[in-house]
Order: sequence, then C-alpha cells, then structure tokens
Amino acid sequence: MDFLNYDFMQRALLAAVLVGITAPAVGIYLVQRRQALMGDGIGHVAMTGVGLGFLLSWSPVWMATLVSVLGAVLMELIRWYGRTRGDIALAMLFYGGMAGGVMLINLAPNGSNANLTSYLFGSLSTVSESDVTAIILLAAFVVLVTLGLRRQLFAVSQDEEFARVTGLPVRALNLLTAITAAVTVTVAMRVVGLLLVSALMVVPVAAAQQLTRSFAATFAIAVAIGITVTIGGTVTSYYQDVPPGATIVLLTIGAFIALTALASPLARRRARALAAAQPSGDPAECAIPASRGASGKVGV
Amino acid sequence: MTEPVEPVISLRGIRAELGSRPVLRGIDLTVDRGEVVALLGANGSGKSTAVRTIIGQVPVSAGEIELFGTPRARFRDWARLGYVPQRTTAAGGVPATVGEVVSSGRLSRTRFGVFRKADHAAVRRALDLVGMTDRVKDSVNALSGGQHQRVLIARALASEPELLIMDEPMAGVDLASQEVLAQTLREQVAAGSTVLLVLHELGPLEPLIDRAVVLRDGCVLHDGPPPRAVGQHALPGHDHVHPHAAHDAEPIRTGLLS
Repeated sequence: MDFLNYDFMQRALLAAVLVGITAPAVGIYLVQRRQALMGDGIGHVAMTGVGLGFLLSWSPVWMATLVSVLGAVLMELIRWYGRTRGDIALAMLFYGGMAGGVMLINLAPNGSNANLTSYLFGSLSTVSESDVTAIILLAAFVVLVTLGLRRQLFAVSQDEEFARVTGLPVRALNLLTAITAAVTVTVAMRVVGLLLVSALMVVPVAAAQQLTRSFAATFAIAVAIGITVTIGGTVTSYYQDVPPGATIVLLTIGAFIALTALASPLARRRARALAAAQPSGDPAECAIPASRGASGKVGV
Repeated sequence: MTEPVEPVISLRGIRAELGSRPVLRGIDLTVDRGEVVALLGANGSGKSTAVRTIIGQVPVSAGEIELFGTPRARFRDWARLGYVPQRTTAAGGVPATVGEVVSSGRLSRTRFGVFRKADHAAVRRALDLVGMTDRVKDSVNALSGGQHQRVLIARALASEPELLIMDEPMAGVDLASQEVLAQTLREQVAAGSTVLLVLHELGPLEPLIDRAVVLRDGCVLHDGPPPRAVGQHALPGHDHVHPHAAHDAEPIRTGLLS
C-alpha cells in the first residue's frame, strides 16, 4: 500500500472513487431511456471546453463543464424539437465539438495536442489540487440529483408519457438529466478521459443488469462495480505503468463478461424456481398465443 | 364533491393533426361523473389521438378541452386522473420490479417524491386490486402481456384517481387477465370512478359500458348506447384479432441517442 504515501496518488484515488460512483449513477438513467451513447456525445463537445480553457488560460475542468452543459442542453432541445433531422444535428454538434477542441488547443499559446491527449484518455498523475476540488463539488451535485430525485428520474426515464400525465415537470427533469450527465463527463474526464467516459456510464449498468431484477439493485451494484474498477484500474496503473483510463475500461468490460458468465446459471435456477412455485397449466400463462405475447408488436 | 354538474371531461370542436394529416376534424365528447364511456372505431379513426389530446400528449389546433371543469392548459391536479397507456410504450432499458413501476404512479400524490406510510399502503392496495401482490418483487420483463397490463393499471390506480383513462386495456391480454381487469374495473365503477376507455371492440367489458362514442375518420359517428355486435362478431367468444401498426403509439425519436 506504499502508493498511499504519495499526494498525487491520494488525489488520483479520490478522483477515481468519485468517478466510480457518479458515472454509473447517471448512466443508469441514460441506459433506462435508451440514450447509452449520450455520454459519448457530451465527451466530444467537452473537448471544445478544454480547448477554450487552454486558450483563455482558465481552468479546463470548469470550462469543459460549462461547454458540455451547454452542449447537453442543446442536445436535449434538438431531441425535443428536431424530430426527423435530429440525428444529423446531433452528429454535427458532436464532431463540431471535437474539431473545435483540436483547433482551439492548437491556437492556445501553451497548448499542444499532448495536453489534449491527457484529457482525451485521462491522466491521473496530473490531477491537481484544484482539479480535485472541482471534482468533489461536481460529484456532490451529481450524487444529490441522482439519489435525491431517483423516483422522479426513474418515472421519466421509464415512461415519459405517463410521467407527464402524473404532472411531473418532464422537460425540466430531462434537462436536469442532460446537465447531470454533462457534469459527470467532466468529473470523469481527468481519470478515464473524454473518449472513454461513456464506457464507465454504460458498462457497469449493463454488467449489473445481468444479476438483477430491480432498478434499485441495478443502481447499487452498478455503483459498486464502478468503484471497484476505478480503484482497481488506478492501483494497477501505478504498479504497471499502464494508462489508467484504458485499464479501468478494460476492467469494466472484464466485469461485464464475468458477470454474464455467472448470470446464465443463476437465470436458469430462477426459472426453475419460478416453474416449481407455479402449478403447471397456470391459465394466466397458457392462454396467450405466442403472437400476442410479450412482443407487443401486435395490437388487438 | 361540491360541483356535481360539471362534466369530468369535456371536448368541444377538437381538431388535431399528426404531421400535416388531419386526424381529428372537430370532435365533441362529454364524460359525466360516474359514467363509463367507450371510445370505439377502426384503426386510424382517431380514437387513440382523441384521448391523447385529453392528457396533453397531442397538441390540438382548434377546440377546447376541460378536465374537471378546468381548461386543460391550466389543469394541475393530475392525481385525480389515472392513465393507462397502450402497453407498448412502457419499457425501459434497465430492469424494474412490479413494485417500482407501480410506485411511480403514486408520485403525483407525494411532495418531492418522498413516500410516506400512506403512499406505500396505496401502492400495496393498487397491486392487490389487480391481483399482483405476490409478484411485487418480480421484474416487469418477466411478465406475460396480461400481467403487464395489470401492472400498468395498478400504476394508474396508485394515485387513487377519480377518472381513469385507458387506451386499449384489453389489447394482447390473456383471458384470465381480462377477467381480472373487468373485475377491477367493476370495483372502480362501483366506487364511483369515471372511466374513459379506448376499445377496439366492446368484448368482455360490454356490460360495464354506459355509453359508446364511435369515431370514423376523425369525426363522431355515433354517441349513445353501445352498438350491438352483428354477424360473426356477435358470436360468443368471438376473438377479434388482426394486426395493425401502432403508428401513433410512440413519439418519433431521433436515431442516434434514443
């Protein structure tokens, strides 16, 4: 445990744990509303913020937060109004954000593509004191939103139309989700990097789903996986001198594969238990022709 | 209630377009307190769109909508209304239990989503009404079509509404669940609920229905006692099945992020 004696490792581990908590906590709502790639898009847009930070000699983390929040709000508005041409508009936003970042950082007096690389793929050893302060504040916001409004966000992500009929402020909650996702991207930027952020939002949730039946359990297990892989990846990168972002993402995918392998016998056991619990020939199960069952494609 | 004469739902001259296609061409519809009204019509007649204008999911280009005597745009008392959508619209990308889904129907009665004892009790009651109490911890993805529909109805009942709006509640529902649904609805009606149902055919709910409104091409064709089934449709146990695309069941989504 000698790595704990170094200030930079203490900062890195703290940042890593906060990323491990926040990324899956937001990611679960994105996955639930089938916007798994939203984090990736925001990551692209955040590059312009990093570039602006270098150009104006402001904190790239706060600048990236500002720009990615604006980008996320714009994405939500495009989703709202864009309709048919929405995906083209989003593509332009993503690639415009990325190109803008590369351009701005090259215009900056003290910027180079080497700086950019540390933001693209993460670089724990350069996490500064002020970065950690920013990460703690932003992570606190993310935890507050994702836990405090879990019932509302669950309802909106599960069934937007129904949520509106229960009188929830759906548009405001959608914007808040987008903003929270943008904030999470900047929390995770220093640790896993902008291009790999989305993996940490999505893969722990996908891995947790292999074991769970409830939203609450999926949330808890996804965050547990997130913390495990971010700490594991950070410590591995200290001993083996490998890039932390890539290590963390590969560990997450490893966890997904391991849990999937573990889940199939579990699912079989559950199915057997269910079959044993219900008397055979249960009319509730037998009366539906296959074509009218759970697929929901056929109306009557 | 102090204002007994006011209709629960009142539509006057409602017009609506989907894209540039007129779907409703001036609909009048009134539902009084305690009434059970069925909205009938062929596919594309506008019956789903009509209920979706009532709950504010489809914008209207002309006409007036009132809920409990309040213009819909100013209506905020959503807990008085329970909505059961067509079953296809409620599926998330993350597992959720029956209890979690039904609880989301109670949010309209809570302050900032904080559940009290009474809220948990209401959720349990709603599950009990549709006979799904023993499945509360099961994933909704593991349910049959009929059981899923019962969960959606329990979700609508969780806020203890005075008005139930249901969009094709019997679509894709097995016979056992149809009986449970009909019984649940009977109890709600006996307790004084007002019900507006979109139906493809009257089916097992026929004895409950006070009045039928039949739409064709976005116009009201019939408003009165339920029409009698004729010919082959009148045979007992006739199962009226034909596939159709639920073109207005889901909002148009942009490809990449949704």
